[in-house]
Amino acid sequence: MDIQFVLYKLILCVVILLLSLMIAMYATLAERKVAGFFQDRLGPNRAGIFGLLQPVADGMKLFFKEEFMPANADKVLYILGPSLTMLVALLTSAVIPWGGTLNIGGTEFALQVADVNVGVLYVFAIVSIGVYGIMIGGWASNNKYALMGSVRAASQMISYELAMSMSIVTIVMTTGSLSLNEIVAQQHGMHWNVFTQPIGFVVFLICAFAECNRAPFDLPECDSELIGGYHTEYSSMKLGFYLFSEYINMFISSAMISSLFFGGYDFPFMNDLGLSHNMVTILGTAALFIKITFFGFLFMWVRWTLPRFRYDQLMRFGWKGLMPWAIVNMVLTGFLHLLFKK
Amino acid sequence: MNQDSTKISLTNRSKVVSNKKMTLLERFYLPAVLKGMSITLSHFFKREVTIQYPEVKRPFSDIYRGMHVLKLDDEGRERCTACGLCALSCPAEAITMIAAERKEDEKDLYREEKYASKYEINMLRCIFCGDCESACPKEAIFLTNRIVPSQYKRIDFIYGKDVLVEKKDARVDVSKRQTPEVLTFKQDKSKSHNK
Repeated sequence: MDIQFVLYKLILCVVILLLSLMIAMYATLAERKVAGFFQDRLGPNRAGIFGLLQPVADGMKLFFKEEFMPANADKVLYILGPSLTMLVALLTSAVIPWGGTLNIGGTEFALQVADVNVGVLYVFAIVSIGVYGIMIGGWASNNKYALMGSVRAASQMISYELAMSMSIVTIVMTTGSLSLNEIVAQQHGMHWNVFTQPIGFVVFLICAFAECNRAPFDLPECDSELIGGYHTEYSSMKLGFYLFSEYINMFISSAMISSLFFGGYDFPFMNDLGLSHNMVTILGTAALFIKITFFGFLFMWVRWTLPRFRYDQLMRFGWKGLMPWAIVNMVLTGFLHLLFKK
Repeated sequence: MNQDSTKISLTNRSKVVSNKKMTLLERFYLPAVLKGMSITLSHFFKREVTIQYPEVKRPFSDIYRGMHVLKLDDEGRERCTACGLCALSCPAEAITMIAAERKEDEKDLYREEKYASKYEINMLRCIFCGDCESACPKEAIFLTNRIVPSQYKRIDFIYGKDVLVEKKDARVDVSKRQTPEVLTFKQDKSKSHNK
C-alpha cells in the first residue's frame, strides 16, 4: 500500500462526499422545481437565475434558526439521532462503483472507494442502521407525534427490508458475487439485470421508496397526521440534517438501482466506439449519473402523483403483496438458473 | 327503497359509486399507478399559469372595483358635497364624513356650498361592492382598478382625504366606468335606487 494509493483514495473519498452533499443540496431545489412543474407552477425562481441559489438560502436559514431542545428531551440521544442519520446516509456511497478505471501514467485507478467483496451486504448493514437514527431521534424528543413517527418508521423499514433483500438475493444468485463491482461488470454489453429480473426490479424499486421514507410511503413524517413525525421537535440544522439525509438517501438509492439493475456505468456500444480507455470511463460515469438523475426524477414524480398509504395498507402491501412476489421471484430464478446455466 | 329508480343527475357528469370486485389486473395497481403518473407528466410539460407579479401585472377589468377615488371636476374643485348617501348606502359602514360650509375664499376648492371637511374610508371594513359609487348623485366617488396596498398597522388602512382625493396633476381616469349608459341609469328616477 503505497502513499500514491492512499492519497488517491483520500481524494476520491472527499470528492464523493462533496458530490453527495452537492447533489443532495440541489435535489432539494430540483424537488421544489419538479413539484412546481407538476402542479403547473414555476417553483422557486427568485434566488439567483432559475432559483439556483435557493438551496444556499435554505441552508443559511436553517443555520440561523433558533436551536431549540425540548426540556424533557434526552440530551445525548437528541443530538445523536440526526448525526447518525446523516452518517449512515453518507457511508453507503463507499461501495458504489462510480465508473470503470482511469489510466493515469500507467497506473489503473478504480472509481470506487472500496471494492468490498460483500458490497451488497455492507449496503444492507448500513441501511439497517439508518432506522436507528430515526428511532433515536423520535424517542429522544419525548413527544407523542415523534414517537408515533419513529415507531412507524421502524416497522415500515423492517418490513420492506425483507422484500428488498429477497429481490437482491436473485441478483446475487445469477451473478454469483456479492461485490457491487462484479455485479456491474457482469452487466456489460447491455446484459442489464432489469431485462432478466423485471419482478425483482419492481419489488426493489418499491422497497427503495419505502426505505427512503418517500411518498407514498412517507408515513414516518406524515405531515397531515403527525405534524412532522419523528422530526417534530427538531429545529435549526438538526432538522436540516434529517431533511438533507433524505435526499442523500434518495441519491444513493438511485445509484444502487442503477448499479444493480441498469448496468451501472455501462452504456450501449460502450466498447464498439473505438474510444480511448479513459474516455470510455468518463462517458460511463456520465451515463451512470444520467441514470441516477432519471431515478431521482422518478422519486419526485411518484411523490407528486400518488397519495400516502394508510398504515394498515402499508403493512398489508409489504407483507402480503411484495413478500410473496419476492419469494416467487427468488424460487423461479433459482429454478431457471439450475436448469439453464449449468 | 330502490335507489336506482330515483337517480337524479343535474350535470350528467356524476359517477355512480360501485363496490364491485376488482379484476386481477386492477388488483396489481401498477397500471393505475402508471396512468396516474402519465397524467402528472402531461402537466409537467404544460405551460405554467404563474404571473411574475411585481414585474408582470395581471390586466384588470376596466370596471374592477378596487381603491376608491374622490373626483375633482374639470376646474379642479371637489365634487363631493357631503350629502352622506355613500355612507348611508355602505353595507359595511366603512365611510364616515363630517360636512362643512364653504367659505367665500374657497370657491376654487369646492364646487358647491357644502363640502366634506373630513372623509374617511376604512379599507379593512370596505367590501368593495361599489354601492357608494352607485349612490353618489354628484359623480364624486368612484372605485378604480388600483389595489389597496398592504400596511403594517390597522390605523394605516383608514384612508383620509389626503389619499382619496385625486391630485390635480395626476387625474384618475374613470371614463370607462362612467359611460353614457351608466349616467342615464343613474338619472332614471323610475328606478328604485334614485327615488
